[in-house]
Amino acid sequence: MSNRLFNWFKFSSPATFYPLAGRISPWAAWIAVILIGIGLYLSFFVAPTDYKQGEGYRIIFIHVPAAWMSMFIYLVMAFWSILGLMFNTRVSAMMTQALAPTGAMFTFLALWTGAFWGKPMWGAWWVWDARLTSELILLFLYIGYIALHSSIDDNRRADRAGAILVLVGVINIPIIYYSVEWWNTLHQGSSVNFKQGSSMTMIMLWTMLIMALGFWAYSIATAMSRVRSIMLERERDTNWVSKLPELKSPNT
Amino acid sequence: MFDVFIAVVRRDLLLAMRRRSDVLTTLFFFVIVITLFPLGIGPEMSVLRGIAPGIFWVAALLASMLALEHLFSIDYTDGTLEQMLLTPQPVFILVLGKVLAHWLVTGLPLVLLSPLLGLQYDLSTQALATMMLTLLIGTPALSLIGAIGAALTLGLRGGGVLVSLLVLPLYIPVLIFGAGAVEATVSGLGGAGHVSMLGAILILSLILTPIATSAALRISAE
Repeated sequence: MSNRLFNWFKFSSPATFYPLAGRISPWAAWIAVILIGIGLYLSFFVAPTDYKQGEGYRIIFIHVPAAWMSMFIYLVMAFWSILGLMFNTRVSAMMTQALAPTGAMFTFLALWTGAFWGKPMWGAWWVWDARLTSELILLFLYIGYIALHSSIDDNRRADRAGAILVLVGVINIPIIYYSVEWWNTLHQGSSVNFKQGSSMTMIMLWTMLIMALGFWAYSIATAMSRVRSIMLERERDTNWVSKLPELKSPNT
Repeated sequence: MFDVFIAVVRRDLLLAMRRRSDVLTTLFFFVIVITLFPLGIGPEMSVLRGIAPGIFWVAALLASMLALEHLFSIDYTDGTLEQMLLTPQPVFILVLGKVLAHWLVTGLPLVLLSPLLGLQYDLSTQALATMMLTLLIGTPALSLIGAIGAALTLGLRGGGVLVSLLVLPLYIPVLIFGAGAVEATVSGLGGAGHVSMLGAILILSLILTPIATSAALRISAE
C-alpha cells in the first residue's frame, strides 16, 4: 500500500479527513462569496433584458443553478452511499449525512424561486407539471433520508439504511432531468444544451455558470464544516479527538 | 428454490388466516376512506365521477401503506426473520414470497371490492374494468416498493409515521399512471398507454425492489 504514488484510502479515516476538511472549508467559503458576488452583480446589472420575458427572467440565475445543485448533490450522496456500502468506510456515510441538508435547501430554493418565476410568466405559483412534481419528490426524498437517519440511534445501522434509501431514490434524478423532454408540459425546455449549444447570449450563460460554480463552492464549504461537526459528535470518545488542539480549553 | 417460495407464501397465508382481523382492518380502512369523500364533498354525481379515480387510488395507496406494518414486524419481534435470513436460500426469494402473501391478503381484496365501491361513484362499466385492471397491476407494485420502507424501519420508534414519509414519495409514479389510466378511460381517450407504463413499473419493481429489500432486511436484523 505505501509504495503507491497516492494512497486514496488515506483520507478514509476521520482522523486524517478532519484536518483536510478544516483546510478546504474556509477556502471554499471565500470562493463561494466571491463567485456569488460576481454572479449576482452580473445578473442584476450586466445581463441584458430578455426580449420575451422582460426583467422577470433574471431569477433564472438563481433558479437553474439551484436546481442543478439539488440533483447533483443527490448524485454525490448516492456516490458516497455506494462507497460506504462497498468499502464500509465511515467517512463516506458522514459525507452523505453532511450533504443532505444542503441538498434539501437547494431543492427548496429551486422550488421557491420557480414559484416566484412562475407567477409572472404562467400566472400561477404552482402548476402540476412533470418537472415541478418530480423536483418536489426530490425534496421529499431528502427529507425522508434525514428523518430516517435521525430516527435510528445506532449510527452504523443509520448509515447503511440511509445509503439504501438514497440509492433507491436515485431513480428520480433522470426523471427530473428528462421530464421536459419526455413530457411536453408547461415548464420550458432547458436553456443550456450540450449538443446544440445554448439558447442564450454568452453573457447570460457565463453568469449562470459563475453562479453555479459559486453554489458548488458553497455546498463544499457547508458540507465540509458540517462533516467536521458530525465527526466530532460521533468520535467524541476516541483518542484523536481528545488530542485535537482546538478542543483543549486554554486553562488546563 | 421454488419450494422455499411456496413454503413462505403458504406459511404467511396460514398466519394471516389465523389473524383475520389484520386483513379485514386494511380492507375496511379502504372502504371507509372511499365512503367519507362523498359525505365531505357532497353527492353531486358529475363531481364524484370526475374525482373517483384519484380517490380510489389515494385510498389504495394509504391502505397499502398501513398494511406494511405487518409485513415483517411480527417475524422480526419473535426472531423468525433472523432464522429465515440464516437459511442458505437467497433472501430475494424469501422477500418475494412474503410480499406475494402480503399482497394476496391486503391488496387483492381491495381489487375485488373496488367495482362495488365504484358503483357508489356512478362509474361506467368500462371505467370500472379499467380501475380493476390498474389496481390489479398497481397494488403488487405498491407492496413491492413499500417492502423496502418496511424493511428499513423495522423495530424503530415511530416506525409507522416514518414509513409513510419514506414510501409515499416512491408511490407517486404508480398513483399518477394508475389514476391517469382510469381518468383517460372516463374521458374517452383510452388508458392503454398508462396501463402499459403501470405494467413496466410492476416488472421493474419485481426485479429491483427485492434486492433493496433484502439488503435492508440484513441491515435491520443485524
